[in-house]
Amino acid sequence: MKMMYDVVIIGAGVSGSAVARELARYQLAVCVVEKEEDICCGTSKANSGIVHAGYDAKPGSLMAKLNVKGNQMMENLSRQLDFPYKQNGSLVVCMEVEGKPRLMELYEQGIANGVKDLCILNREEALQIEPNLSDTVVAALYAPTGGIVCPFGLNIALAENAAENGVEFRLNTEVVDIQKTEQGYQIHTTQGDIQTKVVVNAAGVYADKFHNMVSEDKIHITARRGDYCLLDKSVGNLVEHTVFQLPNQFGKGVLIAPTVHGNIIVGPTAIDVEDKEGTNTTQEGIQRLVGRAGSSVKDLPIRQVITSFAGLRAHEDGHEFIIEELADAKGFIDCAGIESPGLTSAPAIGVMAAEIVCEILNAKEKDSFTETRKGILDPKQLSMEERNALIRKHPAYGNIVCRCEMITEGEILDAIHRPLGAKSLDGIKRRTRTGMGRCQAGFCSPKTIEILARELGVSESEITKAGGSSKLIVGRNKDMYDRSEQKERQDLA
Amino acid sequence: MMEKVRQIDMVIIGGGPAGLAAAIAAKKQGVANLLIIERDAQLGGILNQCIHNGFGLHTFKEELTGPEYAQRFVTQVEELQIPYCLHTMVMDISRERLVTAMNREDGIFQIQAKAIILAMGCRERPRGALNIPGYRPAGIYSAGTAQRLVNIEGYMPGREVVILGSGDIGLIMARRMTLEGAKVKVVAELMPYSGGLKRNIVQCLEDFDIPLKLSHTVIDIAGKERVEGITLARVDEKGKPITGTEEYIPCDTLLLSVGLIPENELSKEMGVELEQVTNGPKVNEQLETNIPGVFACGNVLHVHDLVDYVSEEASLAGRHAAAFVQNVNRKEKPVYVHIQTMDGVRYSVPSKICVERMEEEVVVRFRVGSVYKNQFISVYVDNERIWHRKRPAMAPGEMEQITLKKQKLMEYPNMQSITVKVEER
Repeated sequence: MKMMYDVVIIGAGVSGSAVARELARYQLAVCVVEKEEDICCGTSKANSGIVHAGYDAKPGSLMAKLNVKGNQMMENLSRQLDFPYKQNGSLVVCMEVEGKPRLMELYEQGIANGVKDLCILNREEALQIEPNLSDTVVAALYAPTGGIVCPFGLNIALAENAAENGVEFRLNTEVVDIQKTEQGYQIHTTQGDIQTKVVVNAAGVYADKFHNMVSEDKIHITARRGDYCLLDKSVGNLVEHTVFQLPNQFGKGVLIAPTVHGNIIVGPTAIDVEDKEGTNTTQEGIQRLVGRAGSSVKDLPIRQVITSFAGLRAHEDGHEFIIEELADAKGFIDCAGIESPGLTSAPAIGVMAAEIVCEILNAKEKDSFTETRKGILDPKQLSMEERNALIRKHPAYGNIVCRCEMITEGEILDAIHRPLGAKSLDGIKRRTRTGMGRCQAGFCSPKTIEILARELGVSESEITKAGGSSKLIVGRNKDMYDRSEQKERQDLA
Repeated sequence: MMEKVRQIDMVIIGGGPAGLAAAIAAKKQGVANLLIIERDAQLGGILNQCIHNGFGLHTFKEELTGPEYAQRFVTQVEELQIPYCLHTMVMDISRERLVTAMNREDGIFQIQAKAIILAMGCRERPRGALNIPGYRPAGIYSAGTAQRLVNIEGYMPGREVVILGSGDIGLIMARRMTLEGAKVKVVAELMPYSGGLKRNIVQCLEDFDIPLKLSHTVIDIAGKERVEGITLARVDEKGKPITGTEEYIPCDTLLLSVGLIPENELSKEMGVELEQVTNGPKVNEQLETNIPGVFACGNVLHVHDLVDYVSEEASLAGRHAAAFVQNVNRKEKPVYVHIQTMDGVRYSVPSKICVERMEEEVVVRFRVGSVYKNQFISVYVDNERIWHRKRPAMAPGEMEQITLKKQKLMEYPNMQSITVKVEER
């Protein structure tokens, strides 16, 4: 570990990882610090997984520009970095005649933003491409460039590729203070101090905290919670496109979309919360979601829910991405206010922030940059002959650990041993989908715990769900009795 | 590695109590070329982690533990030299009964079976399916997962436990966790009655002074990394939490015993028709599904309360599947009478019978939808009541059964339907 870096990036979410990957092209010493035990642990892990077309943001805004650019970059990036992405197209459905002018506005906004192939469909046309739309749908805005992506896949691919190209990642490292120094900044973390010339603040809902440590021009970020429900794959063909509701007097509406893995996602709500770690779902939130979701699609099979979860959007008061070097803190670059369409924009955010950094440091490109990365091998993509050849070589690929998603031990071993490998149950889950199916890890968690302990060379009682104190096992059977006996003996002595 | 398709008369999917009993019956009936496929490291299925006693009272007239009960069948399988493979996952079954399976040694291999017995058992409903709000920390387990950790691996999943759901596994785990040194604070049940056997409520809760709160549910889970507590609330008749009844209970573990779901992914993909109420295949009196030569038994067919009934049902499936392989007692176009269930009877297995083909007696199993005291079970053929018995107590947690006699049914050559219902008198 170096003590002096050219760049320290705070946060290993999708923005931080995208910036890291872009900076990895240059002759720079780059370090990413992350307070969690893994990459992709905050906003980036709990969102809709939508690649927005780009008609939502106001023309001329950074959001609009980076959304459209990120959307255009996504397909090529998914091929380079081997993560799941699909251009399934999106529909904004309008459920009352009075809404049509607003649908038109959205269309014009999209055109102004440079979104390609947008068109307005009448009810019949919309039903032709999406037969399950509800009876109340009167018209729709169709954006063929809208897509879906695996949010973990994108974030982890960017980070792994950055790591392979020399970027250092320090996990379980929380930044507690930042001070200006002569050469740049001194970053105090829970794991010691780090010196750097440049700081990139990609701290999600905490970006205001770090910004405000170095700047007098304060910003404020609200954690805006979104609750989601995920439905079973058995109803995965409910819709083919991402179906948004046209915002009306009852609010922004909720989306229904297929996921790249074949589930259906329903969400999100938008509830401002005080706690920046407040990712708890609430009864009220879920009820609100279920109540609204049913209006755009016929017979929403909400009973097929396999899990619900919540994520926090980093909503900045001005509702705009802030990607710039601070005027009163040279060498400190914000990537703040990255809320929707942040996931879509991430590749473009990476490029933009990296350009700013490179200009400050006058950085030179490396001779060797590996711009491709291979994802975890999915044996389901292989023919039976190929698969058998793989099992002959690595028998672990013949052992199914997660029966719902049919994930093999071979994939889990890959997830543990690759760069920035998984160390927890959730880490395995995000990389391989182990435990993400309909039984929600009931069947596989004891097996996954066993594999993790064996491969990491620790006892099973050290294995966590997601780092920190999230231990899954608290001791051996009857050890309480041993402890109370010990105590009695001590008391007697 | 086997890349050629093997030909086998009968493949049994699952080596738990149902698969074992079915295989034994088929072998005794003369099917020599058969194979049990089991995904776990040993035969016996979920019984291996059910180390409490109480199994086998009906079958063996003694109280065995789960592993002991399983061993009685495993021993027979060994004695009868029935082949089985372990650590093997069935990936797919085609409508034409081509089984695709995989393990470490053989890779992916295929078997063309003449008959198939589905005996995959069931799985637990997870938290997600209930939409319980709150955080998603470590320390939330389905009761069966906790049972595996404690009874097989010897690990404690937690020390201060709240259990949601009073199904049998939840009740059994309340006692087990207590015996292993944990404090079980409460068992909460959404319904106004328990979903488990009466004897388990007495032996697992009352004997250990563990409170059972009926008409209660968990409305919040606290703790970001590990469970720190849960909030319980009373619910109204519709199951909605009542404001003002909330109670916070500190704990580090929440166990869920909130229902079992027959594991029919393979069945569905091959085109087996399922019953909505049970989530198990629709079967006739031979326990044959809509796909000829594909039979089902045990918890994959419908969730049982006692393993004795699983074994009994599975033997029947094994015998009928053997007859299919041997091509005896088949009818070209069987005429079926459907068994209608109503007035408190939620479903029946089988759901249809062919009177002409049936054996002397057919056992019809079902569950009721609510708690009944001193009521009657009646069987009607069309509008005529042919059977009527008083039951002192019936509850959704306990399976009921009646026996239909061929001799009696033959008296009604033109019958349209058979109806089973609960009646007050």
